[in-house]
Amino acid sequence: MAKMKKIVVIGGTSGIAHACMRIWNQNAVEITLVVRDKDKGQLIADDLRVRNPNSIIDILETNFLDAKRVLSTVQTVESAGAPDIVLIAHGSLPDQQKCEENLDEAQAALVINGVSPVLFAEAFAKGMLKRDYGQLAVIGSVAGDRGRKSNYVYGSAKGLVARYVQGMQHRLAATNVKIVLIKPGPTLSPMTHHLASQGAKGLASPEEVADVIVNGMEKGKTVIYAPKKWKLIMLIIMHIPDFIFKKINI
Amino acid sequence: MVKVSSWGRLSAYQHDVHYLSTSQNLGRTSGLGIAYGMGRSYGDECLNPNGKLWNTTLLDNFISFDQATGVLRCQAGVQLLTINQLTIPRGWMLAVTPGTQFVTVGGAVANDVHGKNHHMYGSFGHHVLELTLQRTSGEIIICSQRSNKEWFEATVAGFGMTGVILEVALQLKNVDGPWLDTETIPFSNLTEFYQLSDASEKEWEYTVSWIDCTSKTGAKGLLMRGNNAKGIVKPQPKSKKLNVPFALPFSLVNQLSLKPFNTLYYHLNCLKQRKQVAHYESFFYPLDNIRNWNLIYGKKGFFQYQAAIPHHDRFDAVDAMLKQIAKVNMGSFLAVLKTFGNVKPAGLMSFPIHGATLALDFSNGDERTLKLFSSLDAIVREAKGRIYLAKDACMPKELFEEGYPRLQEFLAYRDAGISSALSRRLIGS
Repeated sequence: MAKMKKIVVIGGTSGIAHACMRIWNQNAVEITLVVRDKDKGQLIADDLRVRNPNSIIDILETNFLDAKRVLSTVQTVESAGAPDIVLIAHGSLPDQQKCEENLDEAQAALVINGVSPVLFAEAFAKGMLKRDYGQLAVIGSVAGDRGRKSNYVYGSAKGLVARYVQGMQHRLAATNVKIVLIKPGPTLSPMTHHLASQGAKGLASPEEVADVIVNGMEKGKTVIYAPKKWKLIMLIIMHIPDFIFKKINI
Repeated sequence: MVKVSSWGRLSAYQHDVHYLSTSQNLGRTSGLGIAYGMGRSYGDECLNPNGKLWNTTLLDNFISFDQATGVLRCQAGVQLLTINQLTIPRGWMLAVTPGTQFVTVGGAVANDVHGKNHHMYGSFGHHVLELTLQRTSGEIIICSQRSNKEWFEATVAGFGMTGVILEVALQLKNVDGPWLDTETIPFSNLTEFYQLSDASEKEWEYTVSWIDCTSKTGAKGLLMRGNNAKGIVKPQPKSKKLNVPFALPFSLVNQLSLKPFNTLYYHLNCLKQRKQVAHYESFFYPLDNIRNWNLIYGKKGFFQYQAAIPHHDRFDAVDAMLKQIAKVNMGSFLAVLKTFGNVKPAGLMSFPIHGATLALDFSNGDERTLKLFSSLDAIVREAKGRIYLAKDACMPKELFEEGYPRLQEFLAYRDAGISSALSRRLIGS
């Protein structure tokens, strides 16, 4: 029997990550869920176990904000077996207005959405480089493509992730380690469901987004917009001249 | 606020939609609301115009499955489709399934849905082992046939009124695979239908009939019967998915199309091979292959009228209803007639009664349609029958009260924080 694929997911309770895992889990896989809250992680683990009893699902609870804990977590994960795929999916959608009013809020949003994913990627890259093998996937956001007044704190954290992945791609170019930036558009998930409540239209389903992500990763893409239409939409948004952009209320 | 419709598309009012997540606590919300799953009920049962809807579709996790006993535990937002895909390859199938698999488990419980095998397996609620219910006060009630039985019986078929169903444990039925041995038999009037149906019930688990509702010479139709097949190994059929892309301003089901379609359908099926091995999807869920089929009824939407008639009146009342429908030349491509067995109901407000049930779709022709319904209502009331809440959009309050004699008992379990368009129409709040 071929060796089972080992997948590590940081932020294992993320809606998009869960949908990706359901796809990978159609074949027996080994998944380590790295989570902030073990009880929530348990629910995801049970779901995946029922869906494929041959998969091996582990949960690891950790702190996402402390560099030392990030490193020790990655070491713990790697000591149990080298991962084929690492998906870094955690994040938290902040309230832009609260970030403007309260620097603590802004700091927390910047760290969890920007600094923390980068630290995880950096720590995993080390081992992958040593083995000259592995695929790292980091979830950014279309919000990171151009700053907008309605969510630039979140956008700037995701912009940090984008620039980091770009630099890593440069560094990894001559190796067999791959890193891919995933930019989901607004997606219906536990992180965003309050947006749907506020009447936000056109939220993509996590299943639809996960399908694009898993396919794109298999094809070895370097940047994945999900759903795909966001590539075109963001191309346009990024090229709107400043004097017009400033008049648009987005 | 978001515009929300039910499957009948008769209205599209603004709703304040909240997606429930695993850790939510209804106790912290304010304002009256109703749980909403896939929105597959036809009328106003799942709607609450200008009020709150608790969307359950993100509660879609499996919790456990015991391969040896067939006991499945999952969150209420899991679709029957997902359960079928998971368990049928492992030799277990939903013991009772309705005519679409695009419904949530929670919705199936709240309506105590039935299938083609009522005479043998009862309704969906008969196979529910345990329910987890959250009241709007935040209180969690775990109930089953054994503990908190009164809550269980109020919640099964309780159309969402007793709280929000969060988790369900189901007893599945052992099967040998996805295939069914089926047989299609034409009949040319009601007497023949009942003879055929009664005779089939002894040896066939699934029975259902399509009838030509345009026929003025008696209820001719086709009886389909089936049993889970054993030892059949065949490749999965290719899925032929069609989609209705948009709603036309008018209904495609009209006086011009109805008669030719029904005549053609009847005769084509009479020519077809009578015995066939069918895949469960084509046998149980023929309409699921046409996505958004509700759009064929046009912009004004449609009604489904489904009534249950007690056994002693099952001939006269159904005959009178069909004659009434044929007389005004209204009706649908899909008129379904089937029998219900003599089974103790699973819930206080369960729809099935020992006898027969007739279901038909009608384009929304405003006054004309409502006038037909009131004549059908009169027949149902006379026969001491009842209308199915999952389909209903307009039955009179009195018919509801007479049709569901355990209503008062049921109302003791009502959650005061819950209200739907249907509950306001039929219960007054």
